[in-house]
Amino acid sequence: MAIEVRIPTILRTYTGGAKAVEGSGDTLADLINDLDAKHPGVRGRLITPEGALHRFVNIYVNDEDVRFVGGLDAKLNDGDNVTILPAVAGGAFAFAAVAAMRGHKG
Amino acid sequence: MALTATGVPRLGTLAVVLSISASVLDAIVAHARRDHPDEACGIVAGPLGSDRPDRHVAMENAERSTTFYRFDSAEQLKVWRDMDDRDEEPVVIYHSHTATEAYPSRTDIALAPYPQAHYLLVSTRDPDVTEIRSYRIADGAVTEEAVQVVEASVDPHAVQSYMFGQSPTTVDYECRAGN
Repeated sequence: MAIEVRIPTILRTYTGGAKAVEGSGDTLADLINDLDAKHPGVRGRLITPEGALHRFVNIYVNDEDVRFVGGLDAKLNDGDNVTILPAVAGGAFAFAAVAAMRGHKG
Repeated sequence: MALTATGVPRLGTLAVVLSISASVLDAIVAHARRDHPDEACGIVAGPLGSDRPDRHVAMENAERSTTFYRFDSAEQLKVWRDMDDRDEEPVVIYHSHTATEAYPSRTDIALAPYPQAHYLLVSTRDPDVTEIRSYRIADGAVTEEAVQVVEASVDPHAVQSYMFGQSPTTVDYECRAGN
């Protein structure tokens, strides 16, 4: 059972530079464990220590954001395509919060 | 930071100057102004390895927030696929700060997973003056870089404040416990 997984640039250090690798699993969680066995360290970039999908990583199964199809429990089938993309996010909020905290500390 | 033979400051393998055309910069500023007071965000794609931001793509801010932005995940996949098909990469990733200066926040630094990209910040807090600054963000360190407008036809009224010709400064922005 083969599932093609597209790897973003920032994680290619784990895959020897490969843009895409093959993995297997009945669910996304299984697939990530399989990938981590072949490419140690990948799991920690995708899943938090508490075992949840990292908030700022997008994983798609056949173009569908896994958040909408069961998250780590999303079912996978032979021939599925999985794409991993780091989310692009940020903003001024934390700046304002840090500035306020520094202000309090004097 | 070292200067190469061509005089372009470098940080490791990265050039620490953003060269961008006036028309692309104008499009980014127009997008930031249009979405004010929400934060605007998008990318400028360019050929792989070229460091040349050619193709402006305004993105949805899925958060529709005045203090936070996040690319819509479905739109991001589509735009990233388009880049793949064209052998492009995100050369510039930009967003606006609508009430603070154009300096990367801790959120920006923590969530900057594209070390090859120039992170361009536009501040729209002043209705008359647009502040534009560009940064390299890699491994938690932020390096400000000069913005070089590469077309002669710059409209001097469109953008009034650049970090022009200044020496890029390096800011160590490592998080410290108890800060």
